[in-house]
Amino acid sequence: MNTRMIVYMLGWILNTVAAMMLVPFMVSIYYHEDSGKYFLACALAMFTIGVLLIAKKPEDRAIYAREGYVITALSWLLLSVCGCLPFYLSKEIPGFTNSIFECISGFTTTGASILSSVEDLSHCMNFWRCFIQLIGGMGVLVFMLALIPLTGGQDLHLMRAESPGPSVGKLAPKVQKTAYYLYAIYFSLTALEIVCLVIAGMPLYDAVCTAFTTTSTGGFGVRNTSIGGYSPAIQYVVSVFLFFAGINYNFFFFLIIRRLKDAFSIQEVKMYVLIFVTSTLVITCNLKGSGLALEESFRYAFHQVGSIITTAGFSTADFDIWPALSKTILVLLMFIGGCAGSTSGGIKVSRILIYLKTFKKEMSQLCHPRNVKIIKVDDKPLAHNVLRSANVFLTAYLLVFVVSLLLVSVDGYDFTTNFTAVASAVGNIGPGLAEVGPTKNFDLFSDFSKYVLMFDMLAGRLEIFPLLVLMNPATWRKQ
Amino acid sequence: MKIIIVGCGKVGYTLAQQLDEEGHDITIVDTNGAKIEKAISTLDVQGVEGNGTTFNALDEAGIKMADLLIAVTAQDEVNLLCCLMAKKTGNCNTIARVRNPEYVNEMDYLREGLGLSMVINPELTCARGIANLIEVPSALDFTTFGKGRANLIKLSLPEDFAMDNMTVIEFSKKVHGKTLICAIERDREVIIPDGNTVLKAKDKMYVVLPPSELHSLLSKIGIKAKPIKNVMVIGGSRIAYYLAKKLEESRIRVKIIERDFKHCEKMSELLPHTLIINGDATDRQVLLEEGIDEVDAFVSLTNMDEENLVLSLFANKVSKAKIVTKVDKVAFEEVIGELPVGTIACPKNITSKSIIQYVRGLQNSFGSNIETLYRIIDDQVEVIEFKVNQDSKVVGVPLMDLNLKKNLLVGAIFRKGKIITPSGKDRIESGDRVLIITTLKGLANLSDILV
Repeated sequence: MNTRMIVYMLGWILNTVAAMMLVPFMVSIYYHEDSGKYFLACALAMFTIGVLLIAKKPEDRAIYAREGYVITALSWLLLSVCGCLPFYLSKEIPGFTNSIFECISGFTTTGASILSSVEDLSHCMNFWRCFIQLIGGMGVLVFMLALIPLTGGQDLHLMRAESPGPSVGKLAPKVQKTAYYLYAIYFSLTALEIVCLVIAGMPLYDAVCTAFTTTSTGGFGVRNTSIGGYSPAIQYVVSVFLFFAGINYNFFFFLIIRRLKDAFSIQEVKMYVLIFVTSTLVITCNLKGSGLALEESFRYAFHQVGSIITTAGFSTADFDIWPALSKTILVLLMFIGGCAGSTSGGIKVSRILIYLKTFKKEMSQLCHPRNVKIIKVDDKPLAHNVLRSANVFLTAYLLVFVVSLLLVSVDGYDFTTNFTAVASAVGNIGPGLAEVGPTKNFDLFSDFSKYVLMFDMLAGRLEIFPLLVLMNPATWRKQ
Repeated sequence: MKIIIVGCGKVGYTLAQQLDEEGHDITIVDTNGAKIEKAISTLDVQGVEGNGTTFNALDEAGIKMADLLIAVTAQDEVNLLCCLMAKKTGNCNTIARVRNPEYVNEMDYLREGLGLSMVINPELTCARGIANLIEVPSALDFTTFGKGRANLIKLSLPEDFAMDNMTVIEFSKKVHGKTLICAIERDREVIIPDGNTVLKAKDKMYVVLPPSELHSLLSKIGIKAKPIKNVMVIGGSRIAYYLAKKLEESRIRVKIIERDFKHCEKMSELLPHTLIINGDATDRQVLLEEGIDEVDAFVSLTNMDEENLVLSLFANKVSKAKIVTKVDKVAFEEVIGELPVGTIACPKNITSKSIIQYVRGLQNSFGSNIETLYRIIDDQVEVIEFKVNQDSKVVGVPLMDLNLKKNLLVGAIFRKGKIITPSGKDRIESGDRVLIITTLKGLANLSDILV
């Protein structure tokens, strides 16, 4: 284990967070807010420690898969602790547990909150909540990779550990260039949304924060009513961008380099669109049947499907009071999630695709035991190890889910609350149903349950394995 | 013509033999001295021992004076490189054999990009032939002429043939339409029929007809045709791949049984809609488990002729499937012909057939041109599609006034997108394409049909 290199990387993480904190500090200057001083203080402290850690470049800069996982897991833990300090020190969020819960919920783009009224927060604190979602969406390490070449060419280990999806595809021959393209697409989408939102009549501050949390599929809002309080036009803009945010970024990349045929033949994207459209239509009909107007039904359904499948977690209506069919579809969408290679969470459409294809293959194998069949996605044969890790991922996902459900149920709330709270935490969605529904928050849980949910959020964002690798004693043993 | 053949394997040798018989000057280039020696001693050809991709060897073979270079070594890339070299140094016509499936979609690009005159993929052509047979199951042999406007189909007359002992003229009156009987095979004897030839039950006959009239002809003759829905293929060879690909397009279900697991995986990758079974087809348990008794067609394409024959015999025993058997060595054709193993497919002949056709076309830059050449009944009969030019002697004269050679038949005239079944009053006009069926060899020009 290359400990020197891990410490060195963590030093860079501290510096990055320090630099990031200057942004809300500037927001506080603009709004003449006193609480901005906490950002400056934290930034200075972290910068000092960070500079000390990176003062000496390690001679051996080689990292391998193991280091990649450990660096990723530790970075995210470090991020969570550092990011929550302004909340805690300014006492705008009461208690350390609540502060770190809010921070992890931000970085992992979950969007679950323990606050009953976000409007009480100062502008700079609220901005920080949304800003960490923006950075957490595409990944802090990927962000660092885009700016600075850190390791001796083994950057892909980091990217693989941090990026969601069964296999990481490089968009360009170099990791740095790939990371750069990803962030370029990401920021362009965000900028485009800000413009659209302002045109649709949203105040600039709200527009910036909302765009940050839409394209990152985070779901933090700056209003207590989430998106519900804005005009229908704004709701449509947010819904459309949610739809985009759930799409595999390879799609946009192909569009930009004008390989249209490749772009529109990505099977995962096709399936995503299919699930999206079907769910929207079914929920629209369901809502219409329960007495809402057609336009309203469609607007709510479109927004909520987009919000849940991309695992953002906004709401325009209290879907907790919707008919059972609609609610069930939404809960199922929580598990599916968006495309791999997007900023969304959940199991990911590409894995679902793999599972369906494996299932079909196994069915055929029962009739023809000697049948040989290669599973292909996008006309390329699926490597055996990708298939295997996809299967193990599902097992691990369910294991984390079941154990967390058990632990959270100690608090004694009803099954729907516990089930959807855990599903929403592991899937990085945000709200659930019943006591954690869109109009409620997560403050009711005990500190213990909150830590369990925090673990779930991190596990869901990093796709389980980095955290498990970190906790596995074999990782730390000398070889 | 001066022709250089690079690669003296089975195909190279057969080509040299046939082109030699047609009177061309042949030079063979091969790295294997023994093969050259054998060719020189049995054929009237010249030999150069050396690598056909090198300038030296090609120069020695006389590339600068050559009209045509044919590259038929075992490797596609060597063949392509040979042609490229020949084109650069000698500026002659070039023909390459390219068999790798990966190049199939790039055939046109290869031809234009490398300046080749012709690219041959015998396995692909063979597979297309088999696919045609499967799509028209009652045909024993099947090919198309005139850009698909006419089919040449071999049919076996049933035992209870209603028109037994009828003459060809009577038959034509009964059947109506544009059907023309162009060859009859009876007891291994070939008859090019005239109006008075008598048809007998169990004859095998070749007919030319437009595709649309096939079904009515079959029902009038009394052949019951059931469309083929599922096919079992033995052996995952290149032909099997092309065949399955073609049948997949027609939504026919294909099952391939292949022995080698690694190869199975590769096939499965290439053929997503085909069922690939990893098993030894000589194990009857495997065949029965995969339902050999229920398939509509059975195609044996392993590398072993003997295995193919035995498997086809077994399929004939346990099922009612239409059977196609691949046989590479045609040495025992008399014996094989008597076995109930369905249609015989022979990919090796295809290469030489298509090259000879091309060479003939090349030879006749004036007058009429050969468009397509097809050989049937153990190469005893040639079916040739000619393009008619203005100055040909046959233009404008009613057919009955032409002094045609014996054992020769004008099978069809294609004019402005239509097919004419010729009678005595019809004339051949310039711009037509004419289908000639004959037992005579070496027809190179349309005027050769006259005495």
